[in-house]
Amino acid sequence: MHVAVCVKQIPDPSSPGRLDAGTGRLVRDAKLVMDDSDSYGVEMALQLAQAADGGGSGGYVTVISMAPGGATKGVKDALAMGADAAIVVSDEALAGSDALSTARVLAAAVRLAAAGEGGAVDLILAATESTDGYTGTTPVQLAALLDMPSVTFAKNVTCDGARVTVQRQTDEGHDEVEATLPALVTVTAGVVEPRYPAFKAIMAAKNKPCRVVGIAELGLDAGEVGSAGARQEIIEVLAAEERATGELVEDNGQAHLRIVSLLESLKVI
Amino acid sequence: MPVERIWVVVEPAGGGAATNGLELLTGARPLAVTIDAVTFGDANGAATVLGDHGASTVFTVDTPNAMAGVPVAAAIVAATRVKGAPTAILLPQTYEGRDIAGRLSVALDAPVLANAVGLSEVDGRLVAEHAVFGGATIVKAAFTTDRVQLFLVRPKSFAAEGGAGAAGTVEALPIPDTGRPGAARVLARHAEDRLGPKLDEAPVVVSGGRGLGEKERYALVEELARLLKGAPGASRAIVDAGWVPYSYQVGQTGKTVKPNVYIAAGISGATQHMVGMKGAKHIIAINKDREAPIFAICDLGIVGDVNKILPKLIDALKSR
Repeated sequence: MHVAVCVKQIPDPSSPGRLDAGTGRLVRDAKLVMDDSDSYGVEMALQLAQAADGGGSGGYVTVISMAPGGATKGVKDALAMGADAAIVVSDEALAGSDALSTARVLAAAVRLAAAGEGGAVDLILAATESTDGYTGTTPVQLAALLDMPSVTFAKNVTCDGARVTVQRQTDEGHDEVEATLPALVTVTAGVVEPRYPAFKAIMAAKNKPCRVVGIAELGLDAGEVGSAGARQEIIEVLAAEERATGELVEDNGQAHLRIVSLLESLKVI
Repeated sequence: MPVERIWVVVEPAGGGAATNGLELLTGARPLAVTIDAVTFGDANGAATVLGDHGASTVFTVDTPNAMAGVPVAAAIVAATRVKGAPTAILLPQTYEGRDIAGRLSVALDAPVLANAVGLSEVDGRLVAEHAVFGGATIVKAAFTTDRVQLFLVRPKSFAAEGGAGAAGTVEALPIPDTGRPGAARVLARHAEDRLGPKLDEAPVVVSGGRGLGEKERYALVEELARLLKGAPGASRAIVDAGWVPYSYQVGQTGKTVKPNVYIAAGISGATQHMVGMKGAKHIIAINKDREAPIFAICDLGIVGDVNKILPKLIDALKSR
């Protein structure tokens, strides 16, 4: 079984970046890391590929990523976890991409992966949304472009090689959903416990195939991706109304009584 | 000048129309001359309340496999071809709303503006507001295309207000052949037992974070929420750590809440969390770290150990 897993390489979330005053676009720090949310998809991909292979060699897992500046550090983390190959799409024309243009790029990358060693892609995994952009529509757009069913917000995934069965998070609890392969599934954090790669695996990852390609190699036109494809513009950036800072109390063992009196004055109790 | 026509996707909840759909209809009223609702599932019977919130026609879609994304999007796309496309389609930023928007986007070759927290009309153009950096900055954005404009709007961005008209005219939309993508189906539905009010409707929300130290202490948060007739919530950190299910999460990737009182227990206030609770009327925060960002937006901040303060607070409430 060939599983493709989407990985976003994002600026370290502990330094969120800033908006450029002129363009209103997000200015990122140079160093990109794998989005934590994606480590669950990578782990799930490894486990499903192996299970579908009867516990054998582990099927084939390709990491798919779109990133500026040919960044590969984040996908190397996924290769160290055990993925077999990676495709990173990087091109100056991709700057300013929205969710739909990103999905077009990822769809082309999945087709490229299917032409490689792993063969036709049976299952695509992605996080429900990225930590930095959190639009949350890219995976479904990717499935639609590839004419696949999609099941979002999985909190449990099993796969027999022909069908995928998912416990899908809902407001009330969960739905049990079934789709035939090939299909796309988005996984929530905590769906599996991501492994920490051993030193040997980190070294071995350096020799795994990691292709960095531009949009021309994917047969995409610059007019359908990047800011040209996004077809939207920032009109204004302004500071939100600030909330006034209230009272700050150091706990002296009696601070809970201050909470009680506030709740009383608000008629909550 | 308002745009000509807006369609609002209204999802089902609790046997009728979801509140966030009524909010969207209310928010759409000043923006368009005519507003229609598109419903599916249990919301199909809600023509009266939808009309009351501004819907002229209520388009219903039967979802045969109980999955919404593919069939609802396919029915809408087919309807745009028969009836002409509306200027914009508004959808709630929810599980189903995002699935429908993603499918619509590809089928209509239309980009999506997601996570809107406000919408306005400026010289006949629809403008979405987005809160970034934990709500400290507002970015206004609009489309530069004449395609159907797709907006995903976060719940609670508008207050639902009725009194806008009589029951909507109901019209069923046929679903064209949805091929392979439409074959995914729900085999069974499971409801979790959850006592007390729903997280996004509760007048009081008590959320716990990393500061609790260990999973077992989340019981303190649940106990306090129960005593205040509120709902327990959580930061992303402890959801990711597997202490509580995803449905408890408050923040940009979870629920947006606007309760009368929000109590943040052991939550430092990552931007990702603040965006989901900043709209609360009153905020009480308990955290060990005096420098925690949550203190910058709270009405009452207690610098101290949440594991010492919560048990005392619970005892004090119980002995009343």
